[in-house]
Amino acid sequence: MNTRNLVLGALLWLLLLTVPLWVVAAGGYTDLASRVLVIGLAALATNLLVGHSGVMAFGHAAYFGISAYATGLVMKHLVPSTPVGLLAGIVVGTAGGAVIGYLLARLRGIYFALATIAFGQVFFFIAFRWNAVTGGDNGLTFQRLPIDFGLGQLNLTSSTVYYYFVLAVFALCAALMAVLLRSPFGHTLLAMRENERRARFLGIPVNRHLWIAYTVSCLFVSVAGALYGLLNNFVNPHDLHWTQSGDFVLMAVIGGMRSFWGPLLGAAIFVVAQDSLSSITDNWMFYIGLIFVLVVLFLPRGIAGLLQRRTA
Amino acid sequence: MSLLEVRGVTQRFGELAAVKDVSLSVEPGELHAIIGPNGAGKTTFFNMISGFHQPTAGHIVFDGVDVTAVAANQRVAMGMARTFQITEVFPELTVRQNLGIAVEVAEGQRLKFFATRAQRAATQARVDELLELGALGAHAERHVGELAHGDQRTTEIMMALATRPRLLLLDEPAAGMGTKETFDTAVLIRRLHRKHKLTIVLVEHDMRVIFNLADRITVLSEGEVLDRGTPDEIAASEKVKVAYLGEKREGS
Repeated sequence: MNTRNLVLGALLWLLLLTVPLWVVAAGGYTDLASRVLVIGLAALATNLLVGHSGVMAFGHAAYFGISAYATGLVMKHLVPSTPVGLLAGIVVGTAGGAVIGYLLARLRGIYFALATIAFGQVFFFIAFRWNAVTGGDNGLTFQRLPIDFGLGQLNLTSSTVYYYFVLAVFALCAALMAVLLRSPFGHTLLAMRENERRARFLGIPVNRHLWIAYTVSCLFVSVAGALYGLLNNFVNPHDLHWTQSGDFVLMAVIGGMRSFWGPLLGAAIFVVAQDSLSSITDNWMFYIGLIFVLVVLFLPRGIAGLLQRRTA
Repeated sequence: MSLLEVRGVTQRFGELAAVKDVSLSVEPGELHAIIGPNGAGKTTFFNMISGFHQPTAGHIVFDGVDVTAVAANQRVAMGMARTFQITEVFPELTVRQNLGIAVEVAEGQRLKFFATRAQRAATQARVDELLELGALGAHAERHVGELAHGDQRTTEIMMALATRPRLLLLDEPAAGMGTKETFDTAVLIRRLHRKHKLTIVLVEHDMRVIFNLADRITVLSEGEVLDRGTPDEIAASEKVKVAYLGEKREGS
């Protein structure tokens, strides 16, 4: 089973590293691949809570969008520098997650889920209404810039270079999340998912751990949000909408909540289907819904669960 | 000095007083059983000791420290561990993972985002010790949810032990068990008590478990202490016989 996982992992990375070579032949384009990675990162981060901690986080688009706006605003008005913009987005998005997470951490079940949506919508309406700063419904346009190292330049304006930049950040974040889940702290999250009462009577202060997990999850969602803003050179209020949050959860469920890579798989299916189907029909969401229903009914462990079952 | 001293605790749920002014003192190394008919307030009393409920009145002193207002998870850190009447484990994780999490938390690693190789090895060594103590070695890699009821209960007791408690609280350890499993559980508890010198307070319905194990017994009835003494004294007590009459068959 371990060799099988190793082979699958090597294949995944080989596939990701060679994307610019085959993506056009496969009928796609490099920016679409970047989008898969960015959205996949957000889905992996959301799944830290939904799949691994058993926490119904249905408002994660808020931190995704806040981060994208912060990146854009800083680059447009303050410092025209990609790394500074990226960092600003991550800091602001994570701070937002930490504050909201603190307020949410005492809630459970349906109350928690509804509160995450409600807080998410608060940020959506701020982005939508605050025309002077966010540009309202028209969104905010800005431009990602090359990174200057003095010795050389990383020309991020090129789609291919930006793809590899995204891939590097994605790899780093995925590695950090994998390490986290294998750590003693990560184990306490599994414990809380499995049985909160037992977790508490082992001596785990569950609310505090929930808060930390929420903040960490928002950190990685913020990374994705900043990258997403830079990818599109644009952010609009819809990136914070609760349907976007729902999409992240949907991807995790389709791909497989209990597997680490499942959400990336779900994101790939979702993003590619969105791109190809939306040019054919306005009702593309119907087909995504169909996939979702089929997975929930017949593959409770998602599509990744299918791969795991074969190996077992 | 007593390890646990409960001073006149009362628990009121609205108009109903489930536990009325009950006191209890448990010496280090003692195995103290709490028995009583259904609805006597045993579990409520127990929940106050472990911090699951706050008493309406009274005090709980653990090892000289008043813990009445201390949160449940902090009481664990002070050396108080408990199991539940309905087994509380992590069903979709393996026995090894269940015990591993308990050990990591007990060793103060719960906020560590990275465990060194040495820490992992130490955790696994402690897990192996617990697996052996509970005779769970054969099931180590199986999900706890798949195990027989008795083995799930043993896993839960081992998780409680992983926290290196000075006081172990067992809520009806033989609940829902057959004769063989009940016997095995009693043997395990006796070993923890005699060989590992653990101080144990247990609530039990099954008399067969109690009378062979306990040093002292407290009998609760309708939320009050009915009688207290050694197993022989309780067996001979007229008051206890009256309280249990007509209910004797149901419990066992």
